Amino acid sequence: MNLDIFLQQLVNGASLGSMYALIAIGYTMVYGVLRLINFAHGDIMMVGAFLTFFAMQSGIPFEAALIIGIAGAAIIGILTDKIAYKPLREAPKISLLITAIGISFFLENLFTVLFGSTPKAFKAPEYLTKIFHLGNIYLPISVIIIPTVTLLILAIVLWILYKTKYGMAIRALAFDIQTVKLMGIDADKIIMIVFIIGSSLAAIGGVFYAVSYPSIDPLMGIIVGLKAFAAAVLGGIGSVGGAVVGGFILGFTEIFVVAMFPELGGYKDAFAFFFLILVLLFKPTGIMGQDLERGRF
Amino acid sequence: MSDAILKIDNITMQFGGVTAIKELSFNVQKGQTYGLIGPNGAGKTTIFNIITGNLKPTKGFVFFENKNITGTKPNKVVYKGIARTFQNIRLFKSMTVLENILIGFDAQANYSYFEAIFRLPRFFKREREIKEKAYELMKIFGITEFANTNATALSYGNQRKVEIARALATNPKLLLLDEPAAGMNPKETDELANIIHKIKSDFNLTILLIEHDMKFVNRMCDQLTVLDYGAKIFEGKPADAIVDEKVISAYLGDFSHA
Repeated sequence: MNLDIFLQQLVNGASLGSMYALIAIGYTMVYGVLRLINFAHGDIMMVGAFLTFFAMQSGIPFEAALIIGIAGAAIIGILTDKIAYKPLREAPKISLLITAIGISFFLENLFTVLFGSTPKAFKAPEYLTKIFHLGNIYLPISVIIIPTVTLLILAIVLWILYKTKYGMAIRALAFDIQTVKLMGIDADKIIMIVFIIGSSLAAIGGVFYAVSYPSIDPLMGIIVGLKAFAAAVLGGIGSVGGAVVGGFILGFTEIFVVAMFPELGGYKDAFAFFFLILVLLFKPTGIMGQDLERGRF
Repeated sequence: MSDAILKIDNITMQFGGVTAIKELSFNVQKGQTYGLIGPNGAGKTTIFNIITGNLKPTKGFVFFENKNITGTKPNKVVYKGIARTFQNIRLFKSMTVLENILIGFDAQANYSYFEAIFRLPRFFKREREIKEKAYELMKIFGITEFANTNATALSYGNQRKVEIARALATNPKLLLLDEPAAGMNPKETDELANIIHKIKSDFNLTILLIEHDMKFVNRMCDQLTVLDYGAKIFEGKPADAIVDEKVISAYLGDFSHA
Protein backbone atom coordinates (compact mmCIF):
# COMPACT_ATOMS: atom_id res chain seq x y z
CA MET A 1 0.00 0.00 0.00
CA ASN A 2 1.59 3.27 -1.05
CA LEU A 3 1.32 6.51 0.89
CA ASP A 4 -1.38 8.01 -1.32
CA ILE A 5 -3.70 5.12 -0.86
CA PHE A 6 -2.90 5.02 2.83
CA LEU A 7 -3.83 8.70 3.26
CA GLN A 8 -6.93 8.27 1.19
CA GLN A 9 -8.08 5.35 3.33
CA LEU A 10 -7.17 7.23 6.47
CA VAL A 11 -9.55 10.03 5.54
CA ASN A 12 -12.24 7.54 4.55
CA GLY A 13 -11.81 5.76 7.87
CA ALA A 14 -12.11 9.03 9.79
CA SER A 15 -15.29 9.84 7.92
CA LEU A 16 -16.88 6.44 8.58
CA GLY A 17 -15.65 6.49 12.18
CA SER A 18 -17.29 9.89 12.67
CA MET A 19 -20.71 8.49 11.83
CA TYR A 20 -20.25 5.62 14.25
CA ALA A 21 -19.00 8.05 16.90
CA LEU A 22 -21.98 10.41 16.53
CA ILE A 23 -24.43 7.56 16.93
CA ALA A 24 -22.41 5.89 19.71
CA ILE A 25 -22.57 9.06 21.84
CA GLY A 26 -26.34 8.67 22.05
CA TYR A 27 -26.07 5.02 23.09
CA THR A 28 -23.54 5.80 25.76
CA MET A 29 -25.34 8.83 27.23
CA VAL A 30 -28.70 7.09 27.47
CA TYR A 31 -26.95 4.14 29.09
CA GLY A 32 -25.34 6.53 31.55
CA VAL A 33 -28.63 7.90 32.88
CA LEU A 34 -31.03 4.98 32.39
CA ARG A 35 -28.76 1.89 32.30
CA LEU A 36 -30.55 1.08 29.07
CA ILE A 37 -29.09 -0.05 25.75
CA ASN A 38 -31.50 1.93 23.62
CA PHE A 39 -31.82 -0.39 20.65
CA ALA A 40 -34.19 2.05 18.99
CA HIS A 41 -31.33 4.52 18.67
CA GLY A 42 -30.25 3.31 15.21
CA ASP A 43 -33.82 3.82 14.03
CA ILE A 44 -33.88 7.35 15.41
CA MET A 45 -30.94 7.92 13.09
CA MET A 46 -33.01 6.56 10.20
CA VAL A 47 -35.90 8.86 11.15
CA GLY A 48 -33.52 11.83 11.09
CA ALA A 49 -32.25 10.91 7.63
CA PHE A 50 -35.79 10.34 6.28
CA LEU A 51 -37.15 13.61 7.62
CA THR A 52 -34.22 15.46 6.11
CA PHE A 53 -34.84 13.67 2.82
CA PHE A 54 -38.54 14.57 2.76
CA ALA A 55 -37.84 18.15 3.71
CA MET A 56 -35.40 18.41 0.81
CA GLN A 57 -37.93 16.83 -1.55
CA SER A 58 -40.44 19.50 -0.69
CA GLY A 59 -37.91 22.07 -1.85
CA ILE A 60 -36.34 23.10 1.41
CA PRO A 61 -32.57 23.69 1.09
CA PHE A 62 -30.26 21.05 2.56
CA GLU A 63 -29.13 23.06 5.59
CA ALA A 64 -32.68 23.89 6.71
CA ALA A 65 -33.79 20.32 5.94
CA LEU A 66 -31.02 19.02 8.17
CA ILE A 67 -32.32 21.15 11.03
CA ILE A 68 -35.84 19.78 10.44
CA GLY A 69 -34.38 16.25 10.50
CA ILE A 70 -32.54 16.93 13.75
CA ALA A 71 -35.59 18.49 15.40
CA GLY A 72 -37.82 15.64 14.20
CA ALA A 73 -35.44 12.99 15.52
CA ALA A 74 -35.20 14.81 18.83
CA ILE A 75 -39.00 14.86 19.11
CA ILE A 76 -39.22 11.14 18.29
CA GLY A 77 -36.49 10.54 20.89
CA ILE A 78 -38.42 12.47 23.55
CA LEU A 79 -41.64 10.66 22.65
CA THR A 80 -40.06 7.20 22.90
CA ASP A 81 -38.79 8.13 26.35
CA LYS A 82 -42.07 9.62 27.56
CA ILE A 83 -44.36 6.98 26.08
CA ALA A 84 -42.32 3.80 26.24
CA TYR A 85 -39.50 4.15 28.77
CA LYS A 86 -40.81 6.49 31.44
CA PRO A 87 -43.58 4.15 32.67
CA LEU A 88 -40.84 1.55 33.20
CA ARG A 89 -38.44 3.61 35.35
CA GLU A 90 -38.97 1.37 38.36
CA ALA A 91 -39.38 -1.84 36.35
CA PRO A 92 -36.61 -4.45 35.93
CA LYS A 93 -34.04 -3.36 33.33
CA ILE A 94 -34.88 -6.33 31.11
CA SER A 95 -38.39 -4.93 30.54
CA LEU A 96 -36.84 -1.65 29.42
CA LEU A 97 -34.50 -3.46 27.03
CA ILE A 98 -37.30 -5.50 25.46
CA THR A 99 -39.35 -2.32 25.09
CA ALA A 100 -36.45 -0.66 23.29
CA ILE A 101 -36.29 -3.57 20.84
CA GLY A 102 -40.05 -3.24 20.35
CA ILE A 103 -39.74 0.48 19.57
CA SER A 104 -36.99 -0.38 17.10
CA PHE A 105 -39.22 -2.85 15.21
CA PHE A 106 -42.10 -0.41 15.37
CA LEU A 107 -40.17 2.44 13.77
CA GLU A 108 -38.63 0.21 11.09
CA ASN A 109 -41.97 -1.26 10.09
CA LEU A 110 -43.88 2.00 10.36
CA PHE A 111 -41.50 3.63 7.90
CA THR A 112 -41.59 0.57 5.63
CA VAL A 113 -45.39 0.66 5.52
CA LEU A 114 -45.54 4.42 5.02
CA PHE A 115 -42.74 4.89 2.52
CA GLY A 116 -41.90 1.46 1.09
CA SER A 117 -38.72 -0.54 1.48
CA THR A 118 -37.06 0.53 -1.76
CA PRO A 119 -33.96 2.60 -1.07
CA LYS A 120 -34.36 6.25 -1.96
CA ALA A 121 -31.57 8.20 -3.60
CA PHE A 122 -30.33 10.96 -1.34
CA LYS A 123 -29.16 13.96 -3.34
CA ALA A 124 -26.65 15.79 -1.21
CA PRO A 125 -25.83 19.38 -2.21
CA GLU A 126 -23.04 19.62 -4.72
CA TYR A 127 -20.55 21.32 -2.44
CA LEU A 128 -20.50 18.21 -0.25
CA THR A 129 -19.99 15.69 -3.01
CA LYS A 130 -17.58 17.67 -5.16
CA ILE A 131 -14.35 15.76 -5.72
CA PHE A 132 -11.12 17.57 -4.99
CA HIS A 133 -7.58 16.31 -5.24
CA LEU A 134 -4.48 16.77 -3.16
CA GLY A 135 -1.52 15.36 -5.06
CA ASN A 136 -2.73 11.96 -6.11
CA ILE A 137 -5.53 11.72 -3.56
CA TYR A 138 -9.03 12.19 -4.87
CA LEU A 139 -11.71 12.78 -2.27
CA PRO A 140 -15.24 14.12 -1.98
CA ILE A 141 -15.28 17.16 0.28
CA SER A 142 -17.71 15.42 2.60
CA VAL A 143 -15.00 13.14 4.00
CA ILE A 144 -13.21 16.22 5.31
CA ILE A 145 -16.33 18.01 6.52
CA ILE A 146 -17.81 15.01 8.33
CA PRO A 147 -14.91 14.39 10.77
CA THR A 148 -14.49 18.13 11.34
CA VAL A 149 -18.13 18.62 12.21
CA THR A 150 -18.00 15.52 14.42
CA LEU A 151 -15.09 16.83 16.46
CA LEU A 152 -16.82 20.20 16.78
CA ILE A 153 -19.98 18.46 18.04
CA LEU A 154 -17.92 16.39 20.46
CA ALA A 155 -16.41 19.60 21.85
CA ILE A 156 -19.90 21.04 22.32
CA VAL A 157 -21.18 17.90 24.05
CA LEU A 158 -18.19 17.82 26.40
CA TRP A 159 -18.70 21.51 27.11
CA ILE A 160 -22.34 20.87 28.00
CA LEU A 161 -21.36 17.94 30.21
CA TYR A 162 -18.58 19.64 32.11
CA LYS A 163 -19.35 23.37 32.01
CA THR A 164 -23.09 23.70 32.44
CA LYS A 165 -25.37 22.87 35.31
CA TYR A 166 -27.38 20.59 33.05
CA GLY A 167 -24.23 18.66 32.27
CA MET A 168 -23.45 18.45 35.95
CA ALA A 169 -26.92 17.07 36.57
CA ILE A 170 -26.51 14.55 33.72
CA ARG A 171 -23.23 13.32 35.19
CA ALA A 172 -24.69 13.17 38.69
CA LEU A 173 -27.71 11.26 37.42
CA ALA A 174 -25.39 8.54 36.19
CA PHE A 175 -24.54 7.82 39.83
CA ASP A 176 -27.65 8.26 41.84
CA ILE A 177 -31.12 9.24 40.63
CA GLN A 178 -32.59 9.41 44.13
CA THR A 179 -30.01 11.85 45.45
CA VAL A 180 -30.21 13.98 42.34
CA LYS A 181 -33.93 14.41 42.95
CA LEU A 182 -33.25 15.44 46.54
CA MET A 183 -31.10 18.25 45.16
CA GLY A 184 -34.24 19.67 43.63
CA ILE A 185 -33.44 18.49 40.13
CA ASP A 186 -36.23 17.17 37.95
CA ALA A 187 -34.64 13.88 36.84
CA ASP A 188 -37.16 13.39 34.02
CA LYS A 189 -36.23 16.75 32.56
CA ILE A 190 -32.55 15.84 32.60
CA ILE A 191 -33.30 12.47 30.96
CA MET A 192 -35.25 14.38 28.31
CA ILE A 193 -32.22 16.57 27.63
CA VAL A 194 -30.10 13.43 27.21
CA PHE A 195 -32.58 12.07 24.65
CA ILE A 196 -32.56 15.40 22.82
CA ILE A 197 -28.77 15.42 22.60
CA GLY A 198 -28.50 11.73 21.66
CA SER A 199 -31.25 11.83 19.04
CA SER A 200 -29.96 15.04 17.47
CA LEU A 201 -26.49 13.55 17.07
CA ALA A 202 -27.99 10.35 15.66
CA ALA A 203 -29.88 12.42 13.08
CA ILE A 204 -26.69 14.20 12.07
CA GLY A 205 -24.94 10.81 11.81
CA GLY A 206 -27.83 9.53 9.70
CA VAL A 207 -27.63 12.45 7.30
CA PHE A 208 -23.84 12.01 7.02
CA TYR A 209 -24.49 8.36 6.21
CA ALA A 210 -27.04 9.34 3.58
CA VAL A 211 -24.59 11.81 2.04
CA SER A 212 -21.78 9.23 1.90
CA TYR A 213 -23.79 6.26 0.64
CA PRO A 214 -26.29 8.29 -1.22
CA SER A 215 -29.37 6.27 -0.41
CA ILE A 216 -31.65 5.71 2.54
CA ASP A 217 -34.11 2.96 3.45
CA PRO A 218 -36.20 2.17 6.55
CA LEU A 219 -33.80 -0.56 7.69
CA MET A 220 -30.63 1.51 7.34
CA GLY A 221 -30.48 2.02 11.11
CA ILE A 222 -30.17 -1.64 12.02
CA ILE A 223 -26.63 -2.50 11.02
CA VAL A 224 -25.20 0.99 11.53
CA GLY A 225 -26.91 1.18 14.91
CA LEU A 226 -25.52 -2.17 15.98
CA LYS A 227 -22.04 -1.17 14.88
CA ALA A 228 -22.28 2.10 16.75
CA PHE A 229 -23.41 0.13 19.77
CA ALA A 230 -20.31 -2.08 19.35
CA ALA A 231 -18.25 1.13 19.18
CA ALA A 232 -19.80 2.42 22.40
CA VAL A 233 -18.99 -0.85 24.20
CA LEU A 234 -15.50 -0.90 22.71
CA GLY A 235 -14.84 2.61 24.03
CA GLY A 236 -16.46 1.88 27.38
CA ILE A 237 -20.21 2.26 27.64
CA GLY A 238 -21.17 5.32 29.65
CA SER A 239 -18.15 7.31 28.48
CA VAL A 240 -18.69 9.96 25.79
CA GLY A 241 -14.96 10.17 25.03
CA GLY A 242 -14.86 6.38 24.82
CA ALA A 243 -17.76 6.32 22.36
CA VAL A 244 -15.85 8.63 20.02
CA VAL A 245 -12.61 6.66 20.34
CA GLY A 246 -14.51 3.40 19.78
CA GLY A 247 -16.28 4.86 16.75
CA PHE A 248 -13.05 5.96 15.12
CA ILE A 249 -11.28 2.65 15.85
CA LEU A 250 -14.15 0.81 14.23
CA GLY A 251 -14.20 3.14 11.23
CA PHE A 252 -10.45 2.86 10.60
CA THR A 253 -10.41 -0.92 11.03
CA GLU A 254 -13.30 -1.47 8.68
CA ILE A 255 -11.76 0.68 5.95
CA PHE A 256 -8.21 -0.62 6.33
CA VAL A 257 -9.00 -4.31 6.54
CA VAL A 258 -11.01 -4.01 3.35
CA ALA A 259 -8.26 -1.96 1.67
CA MET A 260 -5.51 -4.42 2.63
CA PHE A 261 -7.42 -7.65 2.19
CA PRO A 262 -10.01 -6.95 -0.49
CA GLU A 263 -11.06 -10.59 -0.42
CA LEU A 264 -12.40 -9.99 3.12
CA GLY A 265 -14.60 -7.14 1.87
CA GLY A 266 -17.73 -9.22 2.14
CA TYR A 267 -17.10 -9.67 5.85
CA LYS A 268 -16.63 -6.02 6.69
CA ASP A 269 -19.79 -5.85 8.76
CA ALA A 270 -18.48 -8.71 10.88
CA PHE A 271 -15.46 -6.82 12.23
CA ALA A 272 -17.51 -4.64 14.54
CA PHE A 273 -19.02 -7.69 16.16
CA PHE A 274 -15.68 -9.48 16.25
CA PHE A 275 -14.42 -6.48 18.27
CA LEU A 276 -17.53 -6.56 20.41
CA ILE A 277 -16.91 -10.22 21.30
CA LEU A 278 -13.23 -9.60 22.04
CA VAL A 279 -14.03 -6.62 24.29
CA LEU A 280 -16.69 -8.52 26.16
CA LEU A 281 -14.30 -11.45 26.64
CA PHE A 282 -11.18 -9.59 27.73
CA LYS A 283 -12.12 -6.11 28.91
CA PRO A 284 -15.86 -5.80 29.39
CA THR A 285 -15.50 -2.21 30.61
CA GLY A 286 -14.03 -1.11 27.28
CA ILE A 287 -11.12 1.22 26.56
CA MET A 288 -12.11 4.21 28.65
CA GLY A 289 -14.50 2.57 31.07
CA GLN A 290 -13.63 1.52 34.58
CA ASP A 291 -16.63 0.21 36.40
CA LEU A 292 -19.91 -0.68 34.77
CA GLU A 293 -21.82 -0.16 37.97
CA ARG A 294 -20.86 3.49 38.10
CA GLY A 295 -21.74 5.48 35.02
CA ARG A 296 -19.23 8.09 33.99
CA PHE A 297 -18.92 10.51 31.14
CA MET B 1 -48.72 23.28 68.25
CA SER B 2 -48.27 26.00 65.68
CA ASP B 3 -44.51 26.19 66.20
CA ALA B 4 -44.01 22.52 65.28
CA ILE B 5 -42.04 22.75 62.06
CA LEU B 6 -42.49 19.05 61.30
CA LYS B 7 -45.46 17.01 62.29
CA ILE B 8 -45.55 13.26 61.75
CA ASP B 9 -49.21 12.41 62.05
CA ASN B 10 -50.25 8.83 62.67
CA ILE B 11 -48.13 7.30 59.92
CA THR B 12 -48.33 3.64 58.97
CA MET B 13 -46.10 2.17 56.29
CA GLN B 14 -46.59 -1.31 54.94
CA PHE B 15 -44.40 -3.12 52.43
CA GLY B 16 -46.47 -6.03 51.23
CA GLY B 17 -47.50 -7.77 54.44
CA VAL B 18 -44.72 -6.26 56.51
CA THR B 19 -45.55 -3.29 58.68
CA ALA B 20 -42.43 -1.15 58.83
CA ILE B 21 -44.02 1.72 60.73
CA LYS B 22 -47.12 1.53 62.87
CA GLU B 23 -49.27 4.56 63.73
CA LEU B 24 -46.30 6.77 64.47
CA SER B 25 -46.75 10.40 65.50
CA PHE B 26 -44.28 12.95 66.77
CA ASN B 27 -43.67 16.67 66.47
CA VAL B 28 -40.40 18.48 65.91
CA GLN B 29 -40.38 22.06 67.18
CA LYS B 30 -38.65 24.81 65.28
CA GLY B 31 -35.00 25.13 66.28
CA GLN B 32 -34.89 21.73 67.98
CA THR B 33 -32.41 18.97 67.46
CA TYR B 34 -34.65 15.95 67.54
CA GLY B 35 -33.33 12.41 67.76
CA LEU B 36 -34.80 9.31 66.19
CA ILE B 37 -33.23 6.21 67.63
CA GLY B 38 -33.93 2.52 67.82
CA PRO B 39 -32.45 -0.87 66.96
CA ASN B 40 -31.62 -1.80 63.37
CA GLY B 41 -34.74 -2.29 61.29
CA ALA B 42 -36.89 -0.17 63.58
CA GLY B 43 -38.02 1.98 60.65
CA LYS B 44 -35.95 5.11 61.20
CA THR B 45 -34.68 5.49 57.66
CA THR B 46 -38.16 4.64 56.35
CA ILE B 47 -39.43 7.76 58.14
CA PHE B 48 -36.76 9.82 56.38
CA ASN B 49 -37.80 8.33 53.05
CA ILE B 50 -41.42 9.25 53.77
CA ILE B 51 -40.57 12.83 54.76
CA THR B 52 -38.49 13.39 51.62
CA GLY B 53 -41.14 11.86 49.37
CA ASN B 54 -39.25 8.75 48.31
CA LEU B 55 -42.01 6.69 49.88
CA LYS B 56 -45.70 7.38 50.19
CA PRO B 57 -47.07 6.21 53.53
CA THR B 58 -49.87 3.64 53.59
CA LYS B 59 -51.68 5.81 56.12
CA GLY B 60 -51.12 9.12 57.86
CA PHE B 61 -49.67 12.51 57.01
CA VAL B 62 -46.53 14.58 57.09
CA PHE B 63 -46.98 18.27 57.85
CA PHE B 64 -44.16 20.71 57.28
CA GLU B 65 -44.71 24.26 58.51
CA ASN B 66 -48.38 23.34 58.91
CA LYS B 67 -48.69 22.33 55.26
CA ASN B 68 -49.49 18.79 54.23
CA ILE B 69 -46.52 17.52 52.21
CA THR B 70 -47.44 13.81 52.23
CA GLY B 71 -46.37 12.23 48.93
CA THR B 72 -44.76 15.37 47.53
CA LYS B 73 -42.09 14.35 45.04
CA PRO B 74 -38.47 14.45 46.28
CA ASN B 75 -37.45 17.15 43.82
CA LYS B 76 -40.29 19.35 45.10
CA VAL B 77 -39.77 18.62 48.80
CA VAL B 78 -36.37 20.24 48.60
CA TYR B 79 -37.95 23.57 47.62
CA LYS B 80 -40.06 23.44 50.78
CA GLY B 81 -36.82 23.51 52.72
CA ILE B 82 -36.01 19.92 53.63
CA ALA B 83 -32.63 18.31 52.95
CA ARG B 84 -31.09 15.02 54.02
CA THR B 85 -27.94 12.95 54.16
CA PHE B 86 -27.70 9.20 53.84
CA GLN B 87 -26.56 6.45 56.17
CA ASN B 88 -24.29 5.08 53.46
CA ILE B 89 -22.72 8.22 52.04
CA ARG B 90 -24.10 8.93 48.60
CA LEU B 91 -21.87 11.44 46.90
CA PHE B 92 -21.62 11.81 43.15
CA LYS B 93 -18.51 9.77 42.52
CA SER B 94 -15.91 10.99 40.05
CA MET B 95 -17.23 14.51 40.47
CA THR B 96 -15.20 17.00 42.47
CA VAL B 97 -16.13 18.18 45.94
CA LEU B 98 -16.96 21.61 44.52
CA GLU B 99 -19.23 20.09 41.85
CA ASN B 100 -20.98 17.95 44.44
CA ILE B 101 -21.80 21.05 46.45
CA LEU B 102 -22.66 23.18 43.40
CA ILE B 103 -25.32 20.66 42.44
CA GLY B 104 -27.01 21.34 45.76
CA PHE B 105 -27.36 24.97 44.74
CA ASP B 106 -29.33 23.94 41.66
CA ALA B 107 -32.52 24.37 43.66
CA GLN B 108 -31.80 28.07 44.00
CA ALA B 109 -30.14 28.85 40.69
CA ASN B 110 -33.23 30.43 39.27
CA TYR B 111 -32.09 31.36 35.82
CA SER B 112 -33.87 29.94 32.81
CA TYR B 113 -32.63 27.73 29.95
CA PHE B 114 -32.68 30.85 27.85
CA GLU B 115 -30.37 32.73 30.16
CA ALA B 116 -28.08 29.72 30.55
CA ILE B 117 -27.77 29.14 26.83
CA PHE B 118 -27.26 32.75 25.87
CA ARG B 119 -25.11 33.44 28.92
CA LEU B 120 -26.89 36.59 29.94
CA PRO B 121 -25.27 38.75 32.63
CA ARG B 122 -27.65 37.53 35.33
CA PHE B 123 -26.46 34.00 34.65
CA PHE B 124 -22.83 34.94 35.27
CA LYS B 125 -23.74 36.89 38.37
CA ARG B 126 -25.68 33.95 39.80
CA GLU B 127 -22.92 31.51 38.89
CA ARG B 128 -20.36 33.67 40.68
CA GLU B 129 -22.55 34.06 43.75
CA ILE B 130 -23.19 30.33 43.90
CA LYS B 131 -19.51 29.51 43.64
CA GLU B 132 -18.71 31.98 46.43
CA LYS B 133 -21.38 30.40 48.62
CA ALA B 134 -20.01 26.93 47.88
CA TYR B 135 -16.57 28.07 49.02
CA GLU B 136 -18.08 29.58 52.18
CA LEU B 137 -19.68 26.22 52.95
CA MET B 138 -16.47 24.34 52.32
CA LYS B 139 -14.70 26.74 54.65
CA ILE B 140 -17.14 26.03 57.47
CA PHE B 141 -16.49 22.32 57.06
CA GLY B 142 -12.75 22.77 56.63
CA ILE B 143 -12.68 21.05 53.24
CA THR B 144 -11.71 23.98 51.01
CA GLU B 145 -8.39 22.34 50.14
CA PHE B 146 -10.30 19.44 48.53
CA ALA B 147 -12.48 21.65 46.31
CA ASN B 148 -11.09 20.19 43.10
CA THR B 149 -10.44 16.69 44.39
CA ASN B 150 -12.62 13.77 43.39
CA ALA B 151 -15.15 13.25 46.15
CA THR B 152 -14.32 9.54 46.49
CA ALA B 153 -10.65 10.30 47.16
CA LEU B 154 -11.54 11.88 50.51
CA SER B 155 -11.48 10.17 53.88
CA TYR B 156 -14.76 8.82 55.20
CA GLY B 157 -15.10 11.65 57.70
CA ASN B 158 -14.52 14.29 55.05
CA GLN B 159 -16.95 12.63 52.64
CA ARG B 160 -19.56 12.89 55.38
CA LYS B 161 -18.82 16.61 55.63
CA VAL B 162 -19.20 17.04 51.87
CA GLU B 163 -22.56 15.30 52.06
CA ILE B 164 -23.79 17.62 54.82
CA ALA B 165 -22.43 20.65 52.95
CA ARG B 166 -24.26 19.51 49.82
CA ALA B 167 -27.48 19.20 51.81
CA LEU B 168 -26.98 22.71 53.22
CA ALA B 169 -26.46 24.06 49.73
CA THR B 170 -30.14 23.48 49.03
CA ASN B 171 -30.87 26.07 51.73
CA PRO B 172 -32.97 23.90 54.04
CA LYS B 173 -34.92 24.85 57.14
CA LEU B 174 -35.04 21.23 58.26
CA LEU B 175 -32.00 19.01 57.93
CA LEU B 176 -32.37 15.24 58.19
CA LEU B 177 -29.14 13.50 59.19
CA ASP B 178 -29.06 9.71 58.86
CA GLU B 179 -26.38 8.38 61.22
CA PRO B 180 -23.92 11.22 60.65
CA ALA B 181 -21.41 9.82 63.13
CA ALA B 182 -21.46 6.25 61.80
CA GLY B 183 -17.99 4.94 61.10
CA MET B 184 -16.24 7.92 62.65
CA ASN B 185 -13.63 7.77 65.38
CA PRO B 186 -14.24 9.68 68.64
CA LYS B 187 -12.16 12.66 67.49
CA GLU B 188 -14.05 12.95 64.21
CA THR B 189 -17.35 12.52 66.02
CA ASP B 190 -16.44 15.33 68.37
CA GLU B 191 -15.49 17.58 65.48
CA LEU B 192 -18.74 16.72 63.70
CA ALA B 193 -20.80 17.59 66.77
CA ASN B 194 -19.15 21.02 66.86
CA ILE B 195 -19.83 21.60 63.18
CA ILE B 196 -23.48 20.58 63.52
CA HIS B 197 -23.88 22.98 66.44
CA LYS B 198 -22.32 25.74 64.40
CA ILE B 199 -24.35 25.23 61.24
CA LYS B 200 -27.48 24.87 63.29
CA SER B 201 -27.14 28.36 64.71
CA ASP B 202 -25.53 29.91 61.60
CA PHE B 203 -28.22 28.63 59.23
CA ASN B 204 -31.08 28.71 61.71
CA LEU B 205 -31.79 25.02 61.25
CA THR B 206 -34.02 22.44 62.79
CA ILE B 207 -32.36 19.05 62.81
CA LEU B 208 -33.85 15.57 62.80
CA LEU B 209 -31.17 13.03 63.55
CA ILE B 210 -30.91 9.25 63.35
CA GLU B 211 -28.06 7.94 65.42
CA HIS B 212 -26.81 4.91 67.34
CA ASP B 213 -24.01 6.60 69.24
CA MET B 214 -25.84 7.41 72.50
CA LYS B 215 -23.12 9.74 73.73
CA PHE B 216 -23.53 11.74 70.54
CA VAL B 217 -27.32 11.70 70.85
CA ASN B 218 -27.12 12.80 74.46
CA ARG B 219 -24.92 15.69 73.53
CA MET B 220 -26.86 16.81 70.44
CA CYS B 221 -30.54 16.20 70.99
CA ASP B 222 -33.08 18.22 72.91
CA GLN B 223 -35.65 15.51 72.56
CA LEU B 224 -35.98 12.10 71.01
CA THR B 225 -38.29 9.33 69.96
CA VAL B 226 -37.30 5.70 70.33
CA LEU B 227 -38.68 3.28 67.76
CA ASP B 228 -38.90 -0.47 67.99
CA TYR B 229 -40.46 -2.53 65.22
CA GLY B 230 -41.92 0.63 63.74
CA ALA B 231 -43.75 1.74 66.85
CA LYS B 232 -42.89 4.51 69.29
CA ILE B 233 -41.83 3.10 72.65
CA PHE B 234 -40.49 6.28 74.19
CA GLU B 235 -40.58 10.03 73.68
CA GLY B 236 -38.78 12.52 75.88
CA LYS B 237 -35.37 13.74 76.97
CA PRO B 238 -32.29 11.69 76.07
CA ALA B 239 -31.30 11.41 79.73
CA ASP B 240 -34.60 9.75 80.54
CA ALA B 241 -34.42 7.42 77.55
CA ILE B 242 -31.32 5.61 78.69
CA VAL B 243 -32.94 4.63 81.97
CA ASP B 244 -36.29 3.70 80.45
CA GLU B 245 -37.04 0.00 80.83
CA LYS B 246 -38.76 -0.43 77.48
CA VAL B 247 -35.87 1.24 75.68
CA ILE B 248 -33.31 -0.91 77.44
CA SER B 249 -35.18 -4.11 76.65
CA ALA B 250 -35.56 -3.09 72.99
CA TYR B 251 -31.82 -2.68 72.70
CA LEU B 252 -30.61 -5.49 74.91
CA GLY B 253 -33.46 -7.96 74.64
CA ASP B 254 -36.24 -8.55 77.09
CA PHE B 255 -34.72 -10.35 80.06
CA SER B 256 -38.04 -11.06 81.73
CA HIS B 257 -38.80 -13.66 79.05
CA ALA B 258 -35.35 -15.14 79.01
